[in-house]
Amino acid sequence: MIPINWYLIVAAALFAIGLFGVFSRKNAVAILMGVELMLNAVNINLLAFWRYRAPTEPTGMAFAVIVFAVAAAEVAVGLALFIAVYRRFNSVVADDINLMKW
Amino acid sequence: MGILSHPIAVIATWLRELFLGWGLSEGLTTVLLYLIGAGALATLVQVWVIFLIWFERKIIGRFQDRLGPNRVGPYGLLQPFADLIKIITKEVIIPRDADKAVYLLGPIIMDAGVLAIWAVIPLMPMVGMDVNVAALYTIAVGAFATLGILMSGWASNNKFAMLSAFRTVAQMIAYEVPTVLALLIPVMLAGTMSLQGIVEAQHVWYIVFAPLAFVIYFIASVAEVGRTPFDLLEAESEIVAGFHIEYSGMVFAIFYVGDFLHAFTIGALGAVLFLGGWRGPGAEAFPLLGLLYLWIKAFLVYFLVVWARGSLPRVRIDQMMNFSWKFLTPLALVLLVVVAVLDRFVVDLGLWGRALSHLMANVVIGWLVLRYLDHYDKVRESKRQMVAQPGQYPVARPPVPVETPTEAAS
Amino acid sequence: MTAMQIIFLITAVVTLFAAFRVVTTPNMIHAALWLIVALFGVAVFYLLLQASFLAMAQIIVYIGAIAILMMFVIMLTRREMRDRGPQTGSQWPWAAVLSALMFGGIVWMVNSTALPASPVADVPETSIADLGRALVNPNGFVIPFEVASVLLLAALIGAVFVAWTRRHS
Repeated sequence: MIPINWYLIVAAALFAIGLFGVFSRKNAVAILMGVELMLNAVNINLLAFWRYRAPTEPTGMAFAVIVFAVAAAEVAVGLALFIAVYRRFNSVVADDINLMKW
Repeated sequence: MGILSHPIAVIATWLRELFLGWGLSEGLTTVLLYLIGAGALATLVQVWVIFLIWFERKIIGRFQDRLGPNRVGPYGLLQPFADLIKIITKEVIIPRDADKAVYLLGPIIMDAGVLAIWAVIPLMPMVGMDVNVAALYTIAVGAFATLGILMSGWASNNKFAMLSAFRTVAQMIAYEVPTVLALLIPVMLAGTMSLQGIVEAQHVWYIVFAPLAFVIYFIASVAEVGRTPFDLLEAESEIVAGFHIEYSGMVFAIFYVGDFLHAFTIGALGAVLFLGGWRGPGAEAFPLLGLLYLWIKAFLVYFLVVWARGSLPRVRIDQMMNFSWKFLTPLALVLLVVVAVLDRFVVDLGLWGRALSHLMANVVIGWLVLRYLDHYDKVRESKRQMVAQPGQYPVARPPVPVETPTEAAS
Repeated sequence: MTAMQIIFLITAVVTLFAAFRVVTTPNMIHAALWLIVALFGVAVFYLLLQASFLAMAQIIVYIGAIAILMMFVIMLTRREMRDRGPQTGSQWPWAAVLSALMFGGIVWMVNSTALPASPVADVPETSIADLGRALVNPNGFVIPFEVASVLLLAALIGAVFVAWTRRHS
């Protein structure tokens, strides 16, 4: 059988890779992809604990469904913002959007 | 167990004995059997497309008052083979700056998305994977077909292809919503998302329960596939073949097969969800009869698709989007709510009582929709009037007072 | 090595490799495609965990909507030469060190806790129906469910408003 540690380690690795993507990428959409990887890692974690600790209750699955909904909403608004920013600055590279830096 | 009453089980047992006799382990035998089953199904279904191509060309020809192909072989039956030989021997020309990996993967993913649906269609009683979320699975792999088209449109490095890919994605995502909502109605009536379960629960066909849901599902699925009247994406007069401009030879053949197979697949899905799947006299005793019934019903729905293609003109992209978001989605939502609420009240009226009350509700909603469409047409007509002034061509505009030229000049 | 363990290892390798390619490839469209592979791998994990409904929802929502939307936005916000230059900022070694530290910390914490090696019970047949009922149960999750619906409505209206361009007649 698969011990739960394996799922948690894979989720941690996915989270670390997503974190690396958020910190090191310049393109705004690439940063959003890193955020998506992190959210998926969190979902794997949730569902692993649900399956191994309390599979007869729907709590874990309900939590994961809400995370789906929130991730979808966040991506939609984020991408709309990127399009608006592209119209103004003609680029989505995070370094170029520096009007409010002193 | 005779071969007639459990055909797949007998073949599977014979193969398993064979593999175990060769000395393979238990786990490997199981995996090999699964692979052989999947490969056989995919191959047979794609070989069937050859016959579908002949069928469609003949029927379209008859709709257009001509004979269709009749030179190659008796009644043109060998025409698809001639097409096949031509397409295999054509050169695959990859454009210079195209993204090669994405270009070659696009058609494969699109075809894979269509073939994956066949894994869950219940071909016979007690055969096939009884996935307990099969209805949702068909929508999920439909998303892969969309992805394949987007990939191939972008990788062709061609503005028309990319434009067509954008439109395709917009259209397919727009029509996914009415598809899912109309799909939920048989799911709700049967109480399970498993397609085998839905077929087993159809003692009375669901088209009697919810004909309007069948209509919505049919229209939305035809738009998902990209068939006329919704084939703006690949129409030659509009966008020069759309996302498959730069494809020729074998890679185009994969798209071609995928397109026809997708049309037949939605026929099969419509048959499973609404026309009773493999149900028919004697199907439980002889599963092969069940397969025959399913094939006939799928053919019926496929004939409807071809009929629509041969008779209807193309719609514009904005008309298409408006139709989905402003008409089909609200209608599907209303139907879903009405069916859910009505089912609560009539669930203990017996089978035919339930069926007839649902049918009544559908007829009432359909009549209301037609009245609404009439009213909408009248409102639009009254905003336009044909005004004919003396000496002028009639133009469509609201009546305005006419100024004589001398007054306007002074 | 049972069959499930082999499938798990293959899926884990594919998913982590795809995630690694997402954050390192300079071509944005390729990054989006690798993201789709990674999301599909996560859906396979959900199937291994017997959350079949969530696996299908993952494919429909993430791959069928979010990833395609990202590809749209990448195509709409490209300038020709931009995704040929260096795509990572100048402080990426620090980011790598931080991520490695975080990963190491979580792995150490996971290994030093007593966790169940096999599931406590089996997933009941009616788990999807239970989920549906729990999402509308007043003693269950109806409030998060309704708040998520309002959030999605706000996101819908907000996205349309933010990305809308005023037509100059």
